[in-house]
Amino acid sequence: MKELDRWLLPEGIEEVLPPQARQLEALRRSLLDLYDRWGYELVMPPLIEYLESLLTGTGHDLDLKTFKLTDQLTGRLMGVRADMTPQAARIDAHHLKSNTPTRLCYMGTVLHTRPSGFAASRSPLQVGAELYGHAGVESDIEIFALMVETLRLCGVEQSFFDLGHVGIYRGLVKQAGLDNTQEDELFDVLQRKSPPDMRELFAKWSLDKKFTDMFLRLSDLNGDVGVLAEAKKLLKGSDKSVLDALDYLQRMADMIVQRLDGVVVHFDLAELRGYNYHTGAVFAAFVPGQGSAVAQGGRYDDIGRVFGQARPATGFSTDLKSLLSLFRAQADTVLGIFAPAQQDQALIRVIAELRQQGERVVCALPGQQGGARDMGCNRQLISKNRQWLVEPV
Amino acid sequence: MSETLTIALSKGRIYKETVPLLKQAGIEPIDDPETSRKLILDTNLPHVKLVIIRATDVPTYVQYGAADIGVAGKDVLLEHGGEGLYEPLDLRIACCRLMVAGPINADPVIGRMRVATKYTHSARKYFAQQGQQVEMIKLYGSMELAPLVGLADCIVDVVDTGNTLKANNLEPREHIADISSRLVVNKASMKMKHAMVKPFIQQMQQAVADRAK
Repeated sequence: MKELDRWLLPEGIEEVLPPQARQLEALRRSLLDLYDRWGYELVMPPLIEYLESLLTGTGHDLDLKTFKLTDQLTGRLMGVRADMTPQAARIDAHHLKSNTPTRLCYMGTVLHTRPSGFAASRSPLQVGAELYGHAGVESDIEIFALMVETLRLCGVEQSFFDLGHVGIYRGLVKQAGLDNTQEDELFDVLQRKSPPDMRELFAKWSLDKKFTDMFLRLSDLNGDVGVLAEAKKLLKGSDKSVLDALDYLQRMADMIVQRLDGVVVHFDLAELRGYNYHTGAVFAAFVPGQGSAVAQGGRYDDIGRVFGQARPATGFSTDLKSLLSLFRAQADTVLGIFAPAQQDQALIRVIAELRQQGERVVCALPGQQGGARDMGCNRQLISKNRQWLVEPV
Repeated sequence: MSETLTIALSKGRIYKETVPLLKQAGIEPIDDPETSRKLILDTNLPHVKLVIIRATDVPTYVQYGAADIGVAGKDVLLEHGGEGLYEPLDLRIACCRLMVAGPINADPVIGRMRVATKYTHSARKYFAQQGQQVEMIKLYGSMELAPLVGLADCIVDVVDTGNTLKANNLEPREHIADISSRLVVNKASMKMKHAMVKPFIQQMQQAVADRAK
């Protein structure tokens, strides 16, 4: 690297400068307050831990995303967290070991080896909430509602929510008797909703027409809540787990209508975000002008098994930095009070009092350049009749 | 209607063969990209725009939501990986084949074969499936030249009539995939502009079916 380029940061690694940093911090605080009011306990998982515990039950994608290094104390491989969800699950299963529902929230920087999308950060500020110990629509709805609330607080005016259920595809795969390789291949094609490619695969496998029809229909089952009724008709004769999943989504849809005003949901039964570790309903939030989801979540029961306690679990997470960059409201500029560079007891007292009241007071330094305005102040301290008064600049 | 629909197309064959299909779906471009220098073309529908870009850029534009819908060759999509895109429809236009081709009567290659192609991803995958490790040479055009001047032992390229190969003393050797143009859709647009996108796909589907008759 040339001397001139020393200021360059690695690709996808960014810093947050004023005034955005202040805004980000304010948002961070208000989100944590929100989760607190909903009864979610804050946890602070470590930045780095042994790879096995970070990657347990999460699938290949997270493995590729995780930066690895060798622990010089034990010779074991460590990973810098790329996702905090498994960490929260580990904490619930191993440390808290509760039989009652546990609600956890977290916020912290994660690191990705590769950006997860176009111009995406490799060091997102992940924030999320997880609910353990309840299997059912109610907990999924609570998490979903909290995700909606999170986006509202971040200033997202218009968002679209996408709901799906991995049990539908899983049930059909089981019924059709596909092996693991076939399941992966079909998964890939289904994520692209490509009927021509699906037909090609089915021809190669000489799959029974009954199933080829079901999979082809599945790829087209997306739209408003009417899709669920349509799915019931089109997927008639499929495994009970498939029909149960459809009922589950129907109940979620009903509860969303009852509980969440103005939330528009879209159903996509072939959308299998996080298929490797999700076990039930999955959901994501989209906003206009953004090609990929801005927040996502879903059910991932039993992930805690390897840590000592298998529990139902559901949660969501998002990247605060990208949310802020999308919906940066006009940064509220804080204007301070400029204090002159004088050694005066009375002045020192006044400054302390003003700061106590929550004012921003900037002290001039002897011989400095620039005045009150340059230092971001709209008022200044002026001595009149041996009294220090705050006057507009 | 406040919402707009942006369709990404590439100049040349794909544009020419897509326009009749679009017409049947009720969309007619007002400008002609061959004569106009505009990159964003208006259509008879005020909320529908066409953007004219390079063929290899179409998946990128659509993936990141700069365009809602696009038309891209399967060759380009295989190379791109298709991540973040839906490919709901085979338009059955701009059909050709992705093939391995080499000089006629060439001696067998000793050691690693050198393959010149712009489809490095697809070619590497294909040769790996054949159990063959090859050296890849990425080129951006005129692949046929590479074996003639000793840059490569064979090429991987799309072949339509095979006339270019013949004219350069090359022969098609192995068939990798059948190529045709696909309709691609941005994942978020499919969800958020569902009311516009889904009928459009159905109309295009109908247009493709009618043409096949």
